[in-house]
Amino acid sequence: MSIDTATAAKVAKLARIKVEEDALPALAQEFNTILGFIEQLNEVDVEGVEPMTSVTPQRLKRRVDEVTDGNQHDKVLKNAPDAREGFFVVPKVVE
Amino acid sequence: MSDLHKLTIADARNKLRAKEITSVELTQSCLDAIDAADALGAYVHKTPDLAIEAATAADARIAVGDAPDMCGIPLGIKDLFCTQGVNSQAASGILKGFKPEYESTVSQKLKDAGTVMLGKLNMDEFAMGSSNETSVYGDVVNPWKVDERNLTPGGSSGGSASAVAADLCLAATGTDTGGSIRQPAAFTGIVGIKPTYGRCSRWGIVAFASSLDQAGPMTKSVRDAAIMLETMCGHDPKDSTSADIAVPNFEAMLTGDIRGKKIGIPKEYRMDGMPAEIETLWQNGTEMLRDAGAEIVDISLPHTKYALPAYYVIAPAEASSNLARYDGVRFGHRATLGASDGITEMYEKTRAEGFGPEVQRRVMIGTYVLSAGFYDAYYNRARRVRTLIKKDFEDVFSAGVDAILTPATPSAAFGLGEMTDADPVQMYLNDVFTVTVNLAGLPGISVPAGLDAQGLPLGLQLIGRPWEEGDLLNTAYALEQSAGFVAKPNIWW
Repeated sequence: MSIDTATAAKVAKLARIKVEEDALPALAQEFNTILGFIEQLNEVDVEGVEPMTSVTPQRLKRRVDEVTDGNQHDKVLKNAPDAREGFFVVPKVVE
Repeated sequence: MSDLHKLTIADARNKLRAKEITSVELTQSCLDAIDAADALGAYVHKTPDLAIEAATAADARIAVGDAPDMCGIPLGIKDLFCTQGVNSQAASGILKGFKPEYESTVSQKLKDAGTVMLGKLNMDEFAMGSSNETSVYGDVVNPWKVDERNLTPGGSSGGSASAVAADLCLAATGTDTGGSIRQPAAFTGIVGIKPTYGRCSRWGIVAFASSLDQAGPMTKSVRDAAIMLETMCGHDPKDSTSADIAVPNFEAMLTGDIRGKKIGIPKEYRMDGMPAEIETLWQNGTEMLRDAGAEIVDISLPHTKYALPAYYVIAPAEASSNLARYDGVRFGHRATLGASDGITEMYEKTRAEGFGPEVQRRVMIGTYVLSAGFYDAYYNRARRVRTLIKKDFEDVFSAGVDAILTPATPSAAFGLGEMTDADPVQMYLNDVFTVTVNLAGLPGISVPAGLDAQGLPLGLQLIGRPWEEGDLLNTAYALEQSAGFVAKPNIWW
């Protein structure tokens, strides 16, 4: 598996991280090094082995379905880079 | 300056209860030591006023006889823990200025026990790194120094390790996803334990890889680790993976008697190219446990070799998901936008500016292994291998092994900057002995066991059965007694 600059650009896009055009070849090279290391996993016989979902065998706890928290409007907005009139503010998303 | 900051938790507790010292005196001694140690880069947000306030309250509790073991003990808190009203940035630019409106469960438990937070400690960005060189705050320096070079304290809990080794607190919190408590503990000659997955609540700790992350104490002795771990543990309804299992009095289990215990020595941990000194240290540790009455058995953990590659699929995959929340909308940094920039440009620019190179690399690797067409080949395969790694341990434990002894790291601390030109995988190899433990969810402890020829500390790791931290700590205690490690770094800073 070899990653080219087009794949690196696609991954950066999926991850929503802006990568400048001239940085893509080096990034693709790093991916190849890391993925080359990961390729070792292909040596392992995993036939019939279940993928791990929980490292400790425990059932998720259940609780009564009721409101236990809330009414913290100001606290929720406190750390926002831009908040106005009780809302988070983002660039326009609809024309 | 007084020497009170050099005390262990156990000694300070006894002196506080005997009214020989006050928490305010102890705290002031730590604050003075911190202000004289800026060259180490360990503390990134100092909170002296809050510390004196907490120490005063602790003294009042002690005066009326309401003094849990940790009451009045000054601690450093890793920047990964959300602390109410105090900067909590995970050493990342993307959380610049973030002051949580809430307190992590673990730091709240420590607060409730009367401990004193001295400040927030440096670390690798989002706990991704093994040398504390990926922090937005700059490098942490190891207090141990043998020539003109500045050495790494390890990572990601590098600030915690440096602060404890340099007596800038009595103990510190750390977190461990692939070795981030145990490797820095080994590099700085201190004790660090990662408990069983689920022992400590992860609520309010900035998430890296949720199925692997665990908090734990970093301390000057095994006894201190036992005392502090007990305070940090316990079920929390706010973390669905937190275990509802009783927390024993770990300190009471430190008898030093390990006669008849079966200690496994895994042959797969004998690596090609491992320095002779690490091999000798491991041999010496084995002999110490044998002399203390333990039975030594050779064991095999056949999938060890695949732990690191499995980790470098699973951890980045989980990180790419966890770190999706840093979008410039709800908290932290937002990039300055151009007139024509829309929401996608906001995300992309914010994340490019806010995340450092190692975090970007891991988020993108995680994105790739989870993407359509590769999910099965990478992510599901890694999770299958993880099942096999866990089974390796289950097999040796069911054969009667009580604990496993290994080196903690493949080398002593290296120089800051020495790995800059190496490819990322070279840095990842630091965690080769520790990462298996996270994948299997087991408790693991690093105990300082000797010095190398240059005079740098080396650690041994003990791995225990799930939920048996008490027994593990007792074996570590016996090893600590035999190793008799008392060396401290010379103060040069």
